[in-house]
Amino acid sequence: MLESILLTIATASTPLLIAAIGELVVERSGVLNLGVEGMMLMGAVIGFGVALTTGNPWLGVLAGIVAGAAFSMLFAFLALTLATNQVATGLALTLLGVGASGMIGEAFVGQPGVKLTPIYIPGLTDMPFGRLFFGQDPMFYISLLLVAGVSWFLFRTRAGLTLRSVGDSHTSAHALGIKVIRIRYAAVAFGGACAGLAGAQMSLVYTSQWIENMTAGRGWIALALVVFASWRPTRVLLGAYLFGAITIAQLHVQALSPNDIAVGAGPLWFLSEAGRWLLSVLKSVPAQFLSALPYLATVVVLVLISRNRRLTLINTPACLGRPFVPDR
Amino acid sequence: MRLELAKRPQHSKLFSALSPFIAFVLTVIAGAILFALLGKSPGAALYAYFIAPLTDLWSLHELAIKAAPLILIAVGLAVCYLSNNWNIGAEGQFVMGAVVGAMLPILYPGLQQSPLALPVMLVMGALGGAAYAAIPAFLKARFNTNEILTSLMLVYVAQLFLDWLVRGPWRDPAAMNFPQAPRFTGYAVLPELLPSAGRANIGILFALIAAVLVWILLARTRKGFEIRVIGMSPRAGRFAGFSTRGAIFFSFLLSGALAGLAGISEVSGAIGRLQPSISPGYGFAAIIVAFLGRLNPLGIVAAGFVLALTYLGGEVAQIEVGVSDKVVRAFQGLLLFFVLACDTLIHYRIRFVPSERLAAVLPEAKSDA
Repeated sequence: MLESILLTIATASTPLLIAAIGELVVERSGVLNLGVEGMMLMGAVIGFGVALTTGNPWLGVLAGIVAGAAFSMLFAFLALTLATNQVATGLALTLLGVGASGMIGEAFVGQPGVKLTPIYIPGLTDMPFGRLFFGQDPMFYISLLLVAGVSWFLFRTRAGLTLRSVGDSHTSAHALGIKVIRIRYAAVAFGGACAGLAGAQMSLVYTSQWIENMTAGRGWIALALVVFASWRPTRVLLGAYLFGAITIAQLHVQALSPNDIAVGAGPLWFLSEAGRWLLSVLKSVPAQFLSALPYLATVVVLVLISRNRRLTLINTPACLGRPFVPDR
Repeated sequence: MRLELAKRPQHSKLFSALSPFIAFVLTVIAGAILFALLGKSPGAALYAYFIAPLTDLWSLHELAIKAAPLILIAVGLAVCYLSNNWNIGAEGQFVMGAVVGAMLPILYPGLQQSPLALPVMLVMGALGGAAYAAIPAFLKARFNTNEILTSLMLVYVAQLFLDWLVRGPWRDPAAMNFPQAPRFTGYAVLPELLPSAGRANIGILFALIAAVLVWILLARTRKGFEIRVIGMSPRAGRFAGFSTRGAIFFSFLLSGALAGLAGISEVSGAIGRLQPSISPGYGFAAIIVAFLGRLNPLGIVAAGFVLALTYLGGEVAQIEVGVSDKVVRAFQGLLLFFVLACDTLIHYRIRFVPSERLAAVLPEAKSDA
């Protein structure tokens, strides 16, 4: 029981984590791309479609990545080359992504999808809690590798330092001969690829079907996670799992029966009793209120983080959202 | 070839006026290409989208019904965006306005026989929308919380709240388990303009009046000047003694109230009752309307009709050409893209520069650039 709950939490957290880690790199380069939701939807629908037609989920994953990156280039061309307002352009990308994915995906509604199968290592996977570590779908491991990779890249490599310098002061970076626009293009493409991958995870692992608007605000929650994490990769990991847990908790409340709760026996019997009481309270709350929890939690978390104005000021990339036009 | 921006010494008046039109033409061209790719005749599809809805009286009424909420919401959003407050939760404020306004006919059905019912409902709707918009405004002013994310999150919350109401406490017992609230009757129904010709109601008048009032506010009053100064340069605004927090509350409450008014007008007019979904994304389409109207209330009136036309044309095209109604959303998103791209022409001159490698081969090109 506990193992299966933890597994569903991991599956629900993975898309948030992948999308947020991509956006973190984008924002570290000084660009605010509010199009995450749209890019995720494009990745989800293209990934699903390619997997469905070829029968190969891995081609679907690849297509999702390419679709997300290609779609993000629309944003990049406007926001970076034409120096448009980044907030408005990101919104436009989301609106276009919602519309375009709905249009493309119309033929896929109700079609049974192709599922990416979990890995299996004989012996290890069969151990108690083995599925948690050695038996999840490949996207779970990819998401963890992404966090580690981005963390290493940003803080342990010269290229990462360059990227952060562009985000903190594009004028100084430009004066040093760094190609600001080129680096930002690369960052936006990476963010798009991650959002596309996150979308493909949703349509190939999480639900393994295409539903219009299936991301249901996860792209926006990923944006909030970047703020929550104060632009640090490891804290994104923490935040994503916190939100994954909230999403899953509200689903499990509907399905759980009081007899499933047996956390403590003997002297710890009160733990089980408290759990059962909590469950009965939660079960009396209408389902819509529980569904609203992740969104409300996002608001609360944002308030808690931004209350400390000094801390936010120190961590926010100084040029975040500011267009850069090199003067020659 | 490389594309380079050169700042204009002054912003271009010509492109200020032209950019929405260029954007619209580009969207139509992109649409024609899209339809051709979908295997439909571009001519027939574009006719269905942009001309057919204008050819009979009935659909002109429908156009007014769809334009009204778009204009009302977008006019408020313009005030927000001009003051650099990014309220993107108008869809939620629309829903909450509808819910609060509908409290009167649902909780006190008897009051629907009083001529005062409608004015009270409209005021309650506006207050409901404003109160819901006050949440992100307060969080931004007090805790410096990002208003983009909070206002958007509250959209989902409002939609779930409405869903719970019409499936739970407010469900019409006579509706055979259908998730909908009782139909409004008597004075709770928004009057129609010309009942003999079509369904258009006085909501469109609210929209036009709001547009004129907000235009006066922005162009002719001190408050409007404050809003624009703070939006362009918060620092300059502070030196002039304008309150940034005041501008946050003012713009959010105003746009929330207008979105709420749009919400209650929609349910008491076009729909006639509360149901789980009361908006085909008006709150988001209004963002496009605001930018297409170049954040000018009078431009927004025209832009509102253009977007309303795409909604209506989408329905026509689905029936007559067999294009999915999902295409509309893509169309609208594309339109915003082109608007934003064309707005660059106002502040910058765009030059095409040969790439460095090419310039080395052709020295005269280099001296030219």
